[in-house]
Amino acid sequence: MSEALTAAVEMLVRLDPKLVEIVLLSLRVSLSAVAISALLGLPVGAAIAVGRFPGRQTVIVLLNALMGLPPVVVGLLVYLLLSRAGPLGALGILFTPLAMVVAQSILILPIIAALSRQAIDDAWREYEEQLRSLGARRMNAALTLLWDTRFSLLTTILAGFGRAAAEVGAVMIVGGNIDGVTRVMTTAIALETSKGDLPLALGLGMILIAIVIAVNAAAYLTKELAQRRYG
Amino acid sequence: MNQGSILPLRLAEVSFTVGGPAIIDRVSLEIDAGPSTIILGANGAGKSVLMRLMHGLLAPSSGRIEWSSPERPGAPRKQAMVFQRPVMLRRSAYANVAYALKIAGILEPRRGALVREALDSVGLSHLARRPARVLSGGEQQRLALARAWALHPEVLFLDEPTASLDPSATREIESVIKAFDAAGTKVVMATHNLGQARRLGDEILFLDQGRLVERAPVVEFFARPKSEQAAAFIKGELPWT
Amino acid sequence: MDLIRGPLLLAASLAALPALAQEKFIVVASTTSTEQSGLFGHILPVFQKKTGIQVRVVALGTGQALDLARRGDADVVFVHARSAEEKFLAEGQGVRRFDVMYNDFVLIGPRADPAKVSGGRDILDALKKIKAAGAPFVSRGDKSGTHLVELDLWEQAGIDIVTEKGPWYRDTGQGMGPALNTAAAMSAYILADRGTWISFKNRGELAITVEGDKRLFNQYGVMLVNPAKHPNVKKDLGQAFVDWVVSPGGQKTIAEYKIGGEQLFFPNAK
Repeated sequence: MSEALTAAVEMLVRLDPKLVEIVLLSLRVSLSAVAISALLGLPVGAAIAVGRFPGRQTVIVLLNALMGLPPVVVGLLVYLLLSRAGPLGALGILFTPLAMVVAQSILILPIIAALSRQAIDDAWREYEEQLRSLGARRMNAALTLLWDTRFSLLTTILAGFGRAAAEVGAVMIVGGNIDGVTRVMTTAIALETSKGDLPLALGLGMILIAIVIAVNAAAYLTKELAQRRYG
Repeated sequence: MNQGSILPLRLAEVSFTVGGPAIIDRVSLEIDAGPSTIILGANGAGKSVLMRLMHGLLAPSSGRIEWSSPERPGAPRKQAMVFQRPVMLRRSAYANVAYALKIAGILEPRRGALVREALDSVGLSHLARRPARVLSGGEQQRLALARAWALHPEVLFLDEPTASLDPSATREIESVIKAFDAAGTKVVMATHNLGQARRLGDEILFLDQGRLVERAPVVEFFARPKSEQAAAFIKGELPWT
Repeated sequence: MDLIRGPLLLAASLAALPALAQEKFIVVASTTSTEQSGLFGHILPVFQKKTGIQVRVVALGTGQALDLARRGDADVVFVHARSAEEKFLAEGQGVRRFDVMYNDFVLIGPRADPAKVSGGRDILDALKKIKAAGAPFVSRGDKSGTHLVELDLWEQAGIDIVTEKGPWYRDTGQGMGPALNTAAAMSAYILADRGTWISFKNRGELAITVEGDKRLFNQYGVMLVNPAKHPNVKKDLGQAFVDWVVSPGGQKTIAEYKIGGEQLFFPNAK
């Protein structure tokens, strides 16, 4: 443990260029995936929360279940899609960061959609009469609620980011853990573990956790300040 | 009665049931423009449900509710409602009123003047930029009134608008309601507060266990209640507050 | 909707970057032993400096690496399981196979040596003793080159491991490193390639028990994936890599890779 801490501190102090590259790629991939999933997942969550359609309950149950998608399965599915022998093979994006973004987006889309559905559903209970009284249509109401629950949705997005940043199974398969191209924090940790360099692996793990904490803290502060202002 | 008025509102044998006994039980009545109408009754008498049926937030289990000119979906509503607990959007007081106008299809250039007029009418102009959710309970309710009144609706439903407010906030709300009444808006208000009913009402609809028991001008209702239930209610609620 | 606009722009710009970076590259499907021993880290910069071609190594077990190439997802394979490689060639998946280098497998085991095999040179004898003693043995179980060699050795020892294995035989389905970690934690015997063993850090109570048997010879080969079968294969760039690896310059670079003064791979291209 102390060896791991020393390793972590040493890497940070030296600002190891390899480490910096890996950290930046991790952030790039996971933040991109979060952005894409939020862009798709939030409207979907809002539409399901406010909409009334046959099969709605089934959709909600499915979405909640998909939050537990195993990363390896997602990785495998995306691999088979992007493989040269697969339907999207012609794109030639297997073993690139873009493939990793695609896999992580699929992985966290259900999380963002399901959690935002829940948050907006709760808000809809509170707002429904008022919005209908004003004459708002459901589409309008969904957009209004997306904006009005923005502080809760930030937490939802963070949950997605946490999952993306922490997973190794999907990016390992579709990225290939290629040195300098697709190696991210989690695959680097897996590699160092394979090499039996447990202190280095744990040190990288500590840095990963520190980064996730930093991102969360920044988001939390923003949320607190904004919430204090808007109530 | 101007052309295109939505009043009178007619209810014919309207009932509302969810499972057990009827919450609203075969109510028939007509509400016309002019003097303000108070829906009076004990807690659980069905006042709120009756207003929501009238306002279109609930659909009756049986019976018919008809406005003299039906609402077209998408067109701005000529009726508005203020609830016991106002629901404020997480944005400024000004933006809350502007939101209602936007929903009603009022274009940007016209909104500003209407919002300012509405805020002015409830005495909140100085708080226009303040986030709505950090206003006090009384201020939020006045803002809700401004939002409801911004389009000068023909009918304004008020569901116990002062029930969760202190006396001074209540007085402010009541004076705003009086002003709207004087400006020609038909006020339909539910309350269980006899003092408020006397102060603001012209006529009383008395509900008991979902049934319309009595309808009478205010003075007459309090002096000579015709039904036993109304007499008991008036007695029970003394001293007036 | 600032909530959405910011991340969207970010995503668009970030996702666009990798497409722009480094046009001249090939994907090499290889084994964990070559990657994790650090060999590629040593030789690839030399190759890239010489040719400007970036080599992207996806390290898997030999079986998986060949499967990857069968789907057309690699330009070159660099693996170590002769029979599997020949099957690959016979299917028309590869163009031509070249010997590149060799090292050897070693039998790793706990210092306590419950099966009493330490110091021997006969791997078959050692395996028989391990089975007889019921001493814990960790198998890769992942269709890798090492796994295939291990299965072959059991067979040569006259043991049908599929039917005769007991609870002492642990099929882990993992790469070389993770399997070594498992063996270290269990104080088990395990067959490993010498390169990975030398660079492996978490040895715990493990040490080499049997080495030097000629059956433990470990030959690595390299092949260009057949462009006739997989048109997307970067024929010229891939061939350049194959040519370099077996050239005197490439062979010399391989020989120069040492950990703690110990040479890991021995070039033997013809």
